[in-house]
Amino acid sequence: MGHPDDPCAHCEEMMQPYLDHILNEEEKREAEMHLSECDWCRRRYRFEESLRVFVRQVVTEPMSADLKLKLAALRIPLD
Amino acid sequence: MAEAPSDAARIASGARDRIRFEEEALALADQVYRVARHLAGSREDAEELVQETYARAFRSWRSYQPGTNLRAWLLRILTNLNIDRGRRVQRTPPMQGLEANDYFLYDKLAESDGGLSDEEKVVERLSQDDIVSALSAVPHDFRDVIVLVDIGDFSYQDAAQILDIPIGTVMSRLHRGRRILKRELAESVLEEGT
Repeated sequence: MGHPDDPCAHCEEMMQPYLDHILNEEEKREAEMHLSECDWCRRRYRFEESLRVFVRQVVTEPMSADLKLKLAALRIPLD
Repeated sequence: MAEAPSDAARIASGARDRIRFEEEALALADQVYRVARHLAGSREDAEELVQETYARAFRSWRSYQPGTNLRAWLLRILTNLNIDRGRRVQRTPPMQGLEANDYFLYDKLAESDGGLSDEEKVVERLSQDDIVSALSAVPHDFRDVIVLVDIGDFSYQDAAQILDIPIGTVMSRLHRGRRILKRELAESVLEEGT
């Protein structure tokens, strides 16, 4: 199981699931333990984390006022 | 004293439910548009898609179960309409070298920076435009899950229901899609550097 000879490769495998909060408790502890002692992986972890935030904030131009009106006009009139 | 409601009372109560539904749906329009904008190729397509979605939602409001996730319900209509538009005929792109490991984007950015700056700063080398255009280059099937999970903040479970695919497929597409996104970003950074 895992990469006994290459803890960083194992950490890379766990990185995205860790960021997704889907590791079980044991795996999570393992990942955190490695991140706390490995600068190489920690740098990459910080980058991946900030990339997630950056993607989440991706800018969308706001919906036009015109479209808003069109949507409201689609409402079914009371009879 | 239980009394059968009169027809008029029943109709009035149905109308109130419908109005409440329409208002709740319209209040979510900005969020629905935001997802649509990144799912569809262009602003025009996104606007059309959102209009079709609301037209269909208002017609079939009775099939929405109050108390369940209305945003997910609307997006399910939207993604189905998007598929119906026949934009989805595509093959899965062959795996490319850059996708082989998860860190190539970091390595690429850090390398062009002399490897000195801290990691939060490395990401600042990317612009919002880089992300938007890289995202639009990701094939639909993969982009859908990224947009729903990483931008729309839906759970894997919600994304699976919205797209009507198994949760395992959501996870594998997300995994592959994020790598494709990073590859596209790395390529755009390389181009800017030349």
